[in-house]
Amino acid sequence: MLKSFIKKSRVKSPWIMHFDCGSCNGCDIETLACLTPVYDIERFGIVNVGNPKHADILLVTGTVNHRNKKVLKNLYDQMPEPKAVIAIGACGTSGGVFREAYNVVGGVDKVIPVDVYVPGCPAKPEAIIDGVVLGLQKFAEKVEG
Amino acid sequence: MTTEIILILIAVIVAPLLGGLISGIDRKLTAWFQSRQGPPITQGFFDVAKLFGKEKMAANPWIIFCAWVYLVAAALSVVLFFLQSDLLLIFFVQAIGAVFMVIGAMSVPSPYSQVGAQRELIQILTYEPLLILVFVSIYLATGSFQIDQIMQVEQPLLFKLPLMFIVLGYALTIKLRKSPFDFSTSHHGHQELVKGVLTEYSGPFLGLVEVAHWYETILVLGLCALFWSTNILAMIALLVVTYLAEIIIDNTMARMTWRWMLKYVWSVGLALSFVNLIWLYAKV
Repeated sequence: MLKSFIKKSRVKSPWIMHFDCGSCNGCDIETLACLTPVYDIERFGIVNVGNPKHADILLVTGTVNHRNKKVLKNLYDQMPEPKAVIAIGACGTSGGVFREAYNVVGGVDKVIPVDVYVPGCPAKPEAIIDGVVLGLQKFAEKVEG
Repeated sequence: MTTEIILILIAVIVAPLLGGLISGIDRKLTAWFQSRQGPPITQGFFDVAKLFGKEKMAANPWIIFCAWVYLVAAALSVVLFFLQSDLLLIFFVQAIGAVFMVIGAMSVPSPYSQVGAQRELIQILTYEPLLILVFVSIYLATGSFQIDQIMQVEQPLLFKLPLMFIVLGYALTIKLRKSPFDFSTSHHGHQELVKGVLTEYSGPFLGLVEVAHWYETILVLGLCALFWSTNILAMIALLVVTYLAEIIIDNTMARMTWRWMLKYVWSVGLALSFVNLIWLYAKV
């Protein structure tokens, strides 16, 4: 019974951490807009934490470059299991228009495993919330599997 | 003997459940103030259950030990309160928990944790003398530190010690880590301290600290309840009004600096205490 409650709680209390790998700030503003009274993601138990050790879901925006890929990997490693990664925006999913640039590694999945891709330039808050919900489903499957 | 065992069970099991519900109501009301919907009032339990299901990651064994000592000290102080024990004993037991929290944060080299620990120490330094003054004035008004004897007063303590209740309110706000005194850790983890003393606690150990905080909420509200112990309805009304005031203050105040806290809380707290004690003696 306790185990099933813990399993249920995982989906009901996802704490997100938001990391910006050098995005133009468009996706970041849309991500933070989710926390405002208009979208109010806290009603789903989502809390925006600033500490990888407390986070369940990592939201990554922007293109990954050679400088910040180590930071991204480090943040991912510091998150305790079970965890999920959501890449946001065209830059996060593939590198976007910057994918050919000499300093760009590409999408987030070049460095850490990504569970959900949220497209858009910038991604809409509705799409980000959808992405988090999908991420939670994957997260639940991962825990059971 | 059996009543004592029942009281201990209530203190150990019901107190944290109540504390968790209060934290849920707190978040719901805060959301309402900001015209949001807010999480369900059972959110605190989901959070803690999730934390207990996470991977155990700790920087060193001290973190684990300190989280457990904090929890045991908080639970023990609530048990002692329910057993109507000595106020000074309860004070020392809860102080041990608070100090171990600081030791845990200091045992890791993380700068956020270190700064959080220093600020937590200053918070302890600010509220502990005031708490002692509240207990001493309760002793002066009733002639005992024993809760069972304090409960036997005919007139509510609030009438004799109205200013001391405000002083206890300051200690309560600091103890519950609410604005404007929430600078060793804040509800909003992405602020400059990244959770301060709680930075290095993660997964199940963060869950332990959270449960310990629920115990402490109940302990401090219990202390407030002593001020109107003659009538159960009036006691509940007093607690509801006090906690509502806490939430309103939390939502309307910005965080201040530790210098401001030390200067303001000590000067106002000591002044209120002296006025109240002189008034108490003048009346006697």
